[in-house]
Amino acid sequence: MALNKPYKDVPGTTIFDADMARIGYHLNQFCMSLMTAENRARFKADEAVFLAEWPMTADQREAVLARDYNRLISLGGNIYFLAKLFSTDGRSFQYTAASMTGMSQEAYAAMMLAGGRSPEGNRYIGEKQ
Amino acid sequence: MARITAGVTTSHVPAIGAALDNGRASEPYWQPVFAGFDFSKEWIAQQKPDVILLVYNDHATAFSLDIVPTFAIGTAASYQPADEGWGPRPVPVVEGHPELAAHIAQSVIQEDFDLTIVGKMDVDHGLTVPLSLMFGQPERWPVKVIPIAVNVVLYPVPSGRRCYALGQALRRAVESFDQDLNIQIWGTGGMSHQLQGPRAGLINRAWDQAWLDRLIDSPEELAKMPPIEYVREAGSEGIELVMWLVMRGAMDAKVNVRHRFYHVPASNTALGHLILENPT
Repeated sequence: MALNKPYKDVPGTTIFDADMARIGYHLNQFCMSLMTAENRARFKADEAVFLAEWPMTADQREAVLARDYNRLISLGGNIYFLAKLFSTDGRSFQYTAASMTGMSQEAYAAMMLAGGRSPEGNRYIGEKQ
Repeated sequence: MARITAGVTTSHVPAIGAALDNGRASEPYWQPVFAGFDFSKEWIAQQKPDVILLVYNDHATAFSLDIVPTFAIGTAASYQPADEGWGPRPVPVVEGHPELAAHIAQSVIQEDFDLTIVGKMDVDHGLTVPLSLMFGQPERWPVKVIPIAVNVVLYPVPSGRRCYALGQALRRAVESFDQDLNIQIWGTGGMSHQLQGPRAGLINRAWDQAWLDRLIDSPEELAKMPPIEYVREAGSEGIELVMWLVMRGAMDAKVNVRHRFYHVPASNTALGHLILENPT
């Protein structure tokens, strides 16, 4: 029987549930490993070598190297785990969130100052028509 | 006996901690955020709580995907600020209250709340940013803290109803502790925000304000709100608000509102802050 996942029709949003956690397990655990200065230094010295130590998929490795956060989330990454990766890069939550919206940093920051993204038209897929 | 005298809620945005730690609190962007806590700092200096039950969520810090407890309580003597990827925050070590924490665990688990007991963990911005907002930058935190971690990262997360009932059980546990202690309960996280995907940046001011009204006046009804409504209306990370219901469940049905503050934006987030007192 299908499980109840009422959050599948929220636009532009991936809910990190047990299924996504299963798919993203090694990707997220790799991110956690960046919580020590030693591992951050090793990762920065040679990202591909460091990533090879983790049994991630080729897609997941590519997405890490590209810092493609929408793709990382579609491959089972979760934003709080991925935060260890962008923090290692010296990037903020706002920088990273903006990178996922297709907006420039400036436009995103201006949107937040103006009160943020409106929920109007953003509650259900297909609502904006 | 020990008594819960007040409840505090506040968002726990990591950028707030970074602004304070890096001496940027007086910048025009951040000044209104910290000004919202001017009253709170005076208030808590007068209240002098002995212990805070600090309800927060771990952000993939102490709990990796190896173990994700739905509800956990810290019973340690102290907790180190965590290295979340940019080094630990330069804030004091958090002192626990192992004796009260063990008492609460004993009491609450026997009331069917299956708390995970944590004897050692680091604490992240979810716990330390609220302390910074309320106490500023002291040499040491002037209070002991019992961390109560709620999973709101990996779905399914506990319902609002379950969180509210946990708050009620926490209150009963506190009131059966023999030492005379002034205890506060804090609910942290929220309000509307989304940190991921093309919908990142979502803020719902009207919904947040209505939610605050209901939290104060009709929390039992509010606790019935299903998780999907938080996601849809307040963003994927807005679900953190269920932790405020733990706080509310531990308070009287009717509370005195001492302070209410709301500000957009703090980085990606709508910041909300309440101080509630039990009249009795």
